[in-house]
Amino acid sequence: MKDMLAQVEPLIPALRRYARALMRNRANADDLVQDCLERAVSRWHQRRDGNVRSWLFAILHNLATDRFRQASSRGRHVSIEEAGEGEFQGGAVQEHRLMYLDVLDKLAKLPEEQRAVLLLVAVEDLSYADAAKVLNIPIGTVMSRLSRARERLQQELDGVAGAQGNVVILRRQT
Amino acid sequence: MNNRPITEDDLHAYVDDVLEPERRAEVGSYLADHPDVAKRVAGLADQRELLRAALAPIADEPLPPELNLSRMIEGRRRRSHPAWWTIAAMLLLSVGGFGGWVARGSLGMSPSGLAALAQEATYSYNVYAPDRTRPVEVRASDTAQLVQWISGRLNRPVNVPDLANSGYRLMGGRLVATQHGPAAMFMYDDDHGSRVVVLTRPMSNADQNAPMTAHADGGATGFAWADNGIGYSVVGEAPAESLRPVANEVRRQARAI
Repeated sequence: MKDMLAQVEPLIPALRRYARALMRNRANADDLVQDCLERAVSRWHQRRDGNVRSWLFAILHNLATDRFRQASSRGRHVSIEEAGEGEFQGGAVQEHRLMYLDVLDKLAKLPEEQRAVLLLVAVEDLSYADAAKVLNIPIGTVMSRLSRARERLQQELDGVAGAQGNVVILRRQT
Repeated sequence: MNNRPITEDDLHAYVDDVLEPERRAEVGSYLADHPDVAKRVAGLADQRELLRAALAPIADEPLPPELNLSRMIEGRRRRSHPAWWTIAAMLLLSVGGFGGWVARGSLGMSPSGLAALAQEATYSYNVYAPDRTRPVEVRASDTAQLVQWISGRLNRPVNVPDLANSGYRLMGGRLVATQHGPAAMFMYDDDHGSRVVVLTRPMSNADQNAPMTAHADGGATGFAWADNGIGYSVVGEAPAESLRPVANEVRRQARAI
């Protein structure tokens, strides 16, 4: 178990970051990470794959998927608390803080499956192959979701999607 | 110029900086020739940096106390009595000095030998493995208690095989009744929820030593053998070729003692 501590502990901050970006709620995210670590401790000896990082992200992702499923089957939304609030009091100047909150807000609008791919690849630095393993999907699907996630987020950030989308809806209504 | 056409995947790999240097150079010169694509790619690269910067502070936060990993590991160690897991162990029924079982086997007309043991193991599997409510009497979390109880009933010190390397977790165990007296049954499951049962008891007169033999009955398949008067059977619904290594592992641990 000593090797487990040495290999897993340094990855906890990244697990928290991924969980927070998925759940958008500090308490729920940390709860998820705690479950993930408990499971990792109890299954450490059953781990077959050599890559601890993707093994942990896979456990975390499966737990998150279960939560989302439970939440939707109970007919209520996963709480989308202000994820960014209170997190940037530190070094970030006001201007950056607003930009960060804005991108996180827009990230939250992506479908969950696209958000997961984008976070694993662009933020957590998983290889495309490891992301495919974590999400249990073919690598081609990783690439197409990544592409869609980036395009969509970019449109949101440019303000294009909102504007064009509104125009189309208005025309249809009149 | 380059022979292979530039794909959308290449552009993302360029943004994520995971291309081989040669390909990266090819994409770079393509972008130099296509300012509109270059503009889009630059936008995606900025987006990537923005996202990373926005989420970076979370990873810099001090960890909350409930995510203290050493405490979790310690907590689990106290709960699960790892002594029982690390002693690579099978039912250690010390041989010699306990002749009572052998004498008893000769009394009835009941079936004996390896075939009887295999049958008992299959019955136990058929009855307990599908049970979703209480497949085992004593759970793995109370392994120490389980071992104490079963050792007492079998009149011998008993240890539990560790099948973690074969992908099976101990669920727990119980005492089962056979025509040849009490037997110990241990149940395991894997990540897909498929279960296997290990049944062991002292052998009566017949088959004190018997090589490992495959048996099948309905959906359940198994392997039975006896070493030094102690019989073992491993039963599951997994195909025989994937069950055999599990049986080999149980036998290896039993002989290692």
